[in-house]
Amino acid sequence: MSLEVEARHRIGAFTIDAAFTSDGSVTALFGRSGSGKTSLINIIAGLLRPDVGRIVLDGDVIADSRKRIFTPIHRRRFGYVFQEARLFPHMSVSGNLAYGRWFSGAQKSASEFGRIIEMLGIGHLLDRRPSTLSGGERQRVAVGRALLASPRLLLMDEPLAALDEARKAEILPYLERLRDETRIPIVYVSHSVAEVARLAERVIVIENGRVQASGDAAVILSQPAAVHAMDWREAGALLEGVVESHDSAHNLTIVRAGECLVRVPQLFVPPDHSVRLHIAARDVMLATARPEGISALNVFEGTVIDLSPDGKGSIDVRLQCGGNVILARITALSREALQLAPGKSVHAIVKTVALDH
Amino acid sequence: MTLSDAEWTAVQLSLRVATVAMLCSLPLALLTAMALARGRFWGKSILNGIVHMPLVLPPVVTGFVLLLLFGRRGPIGAFLAENFGIVFSFRWTGAALACAVMGFPLMVRSIRLSVEAVDRKLEDAAATLGAGPAWVFMTVTLPLILPGIIAGMILSFAKAMGEFGATITFVSNIPGETQTLSSAIYTFTQVPGGDAGAMRLAVISVIISMAALMLSEIFAALAAKRSVAA
Repeated sequence: MSLEVEARHRIGAFTIDAAFTSDGSVTALFGRSGSGKTSLINIIAGLLRPDVGRIVLDGDVIADSRKRIFTPIHRRRFGYVFQEARLFPHMSVSGNLAYGRWFSGAQKSASEFGRIIEMLGIGHLLDRRPSTLSGGERQRVAVGRALLASPRLLLMDEPLAALDEARKAEILPYLERLRDETRIPIVYVSHSVAEVARLAERVIVIENGRVQASGDAAVILSQPAAVHAMDWREAGALLEGVVESHDSAHNLTIVRAGECLVRVPQLFVPPDHSVRLHIAARDVMLATARPEGISALNVFEGTVIDLSPDGKGSIDVRLQCGGNVILARITALSREALQLAPGKSVHAIVKTVALDH
Repeated sequence: MTLSDAEWTAVQLSLRVATVAMLCSLPLALLTAMALARGRFWGKSILNGIVHMPLVLPPVVTGFVLLLLFGRRGPIGAFLAENFGIVFSFRWTGAALACAVMGFPLMVRSIRLSVEAVDRKLEDAAATLGAGPAWVFMTVTLPLILPGIIAGMILSFAKAMGEFGATITFVSNIPGETQTLSSAIYTFTQVPGGDAGAMRLAVISVIISMAALMLSEIFAALAAKRSVAA
């Protein structure tokens, strides 16, 4: 799949001027709230008609303002999962699920229907009314409804933002299955590093309606441009690894990332499955000598790449650790005490319990 | 309690007039309500004013205006009589027209409020699922505003059952043709010894009004149960 988006649009004093292309299965539009992500995804969906814009999916021109091409929303076949589920209150869950299916010409076979229902775990909800569902259940039904319309592209606008942590944790595995089991490309809007780190292949960083950076998730999320766009507390590094083994006795999973072995709380995926770990900078400690008698399970040897300027007394230190880039946030006082400078070797210490997403 | 033939005719006529008035004004009321709630066009406030006119004008004035426009020699009345054979003056159809006009603002208001309450995001969601504008209206908007439509219909029906001023001005008070329940009661009160007849019809009037109100409550409750926002 290849998606090309180009849009210029004014909304009051705010201007969106963005262009990007993506060929990943999950493309994340990442940025703070108010950065224009939702407007951009609405432009892709056709809910918002930009002043100037062009959208091409797999060589098929969906919209091009210069050539006066504009495919109306209902003919685009782009599924859309909104932040709030937007289920039809006057229909049952099965009525909601059947809605888009009917307009798509009911091409989906019964087995396809069953597979999607099973994948999302909503089989027991079919006769219920949307108003009786929990937030997480509603959102899963909304995903099913969008999928059953046989979309060519699935747009998701912060589908987890309205949910609490427990509900998020409940839905994320379903979204991962969706990514791994269907071939539908996804554009995923989020301001959460954890979600983007876990789901996205490509990341487009949006700030003030403009594209700040774009590329592979692991590369982009460790870059200063992305760090700027994310919540300050969430800033960190993304490690790509594969599951090495499980330590069921201690409910741990060992992930190999580069030359580092990272112990994380148990993941329910088979060995050799690739995973991404997001390590928040504020969860990383630095030591100049290997610490002993310490509870933290992950101690990585590395060298300092560079240090960010002093911001409100804290400093982000980028480290090279066995083929990974790790970000550590320390105080200016600690930098002086440890005499940190580029090239110095240090040990990065990460608590396993801090890696629980 | 038994009704005389004339009384029974008046009751039947009233029911027929009110039902026809309600059903015939429904499509136009729906269209007007959608235009007022959603449309952006020049003269919207003028349209709004015209729609609400019968609510504030004395009914006699409304009846007089109808007489001028839809009477045998009125511009619209003459045109309709010549081209379509539809005659309003001194016919029960004229009574239905007067009732429809009087009930129109009530119906439009009720539908308009429910259209404005519809979450347009649901319509957007329907469009992303492949529904074109007409289908979105049929499958999402219409079911969601149904309570408002039903409430509007009942209000219009109730207004028609009680209409007196505009009707008697426009089509007079002809037994068997334009003498509705209200006009019949009025006639009874104008003749000596008519109290009993007036009383019988008044009781009927109370029963019909109560039934309409209770019916509207039941529909409202059903509708509320159906469409609790998700």
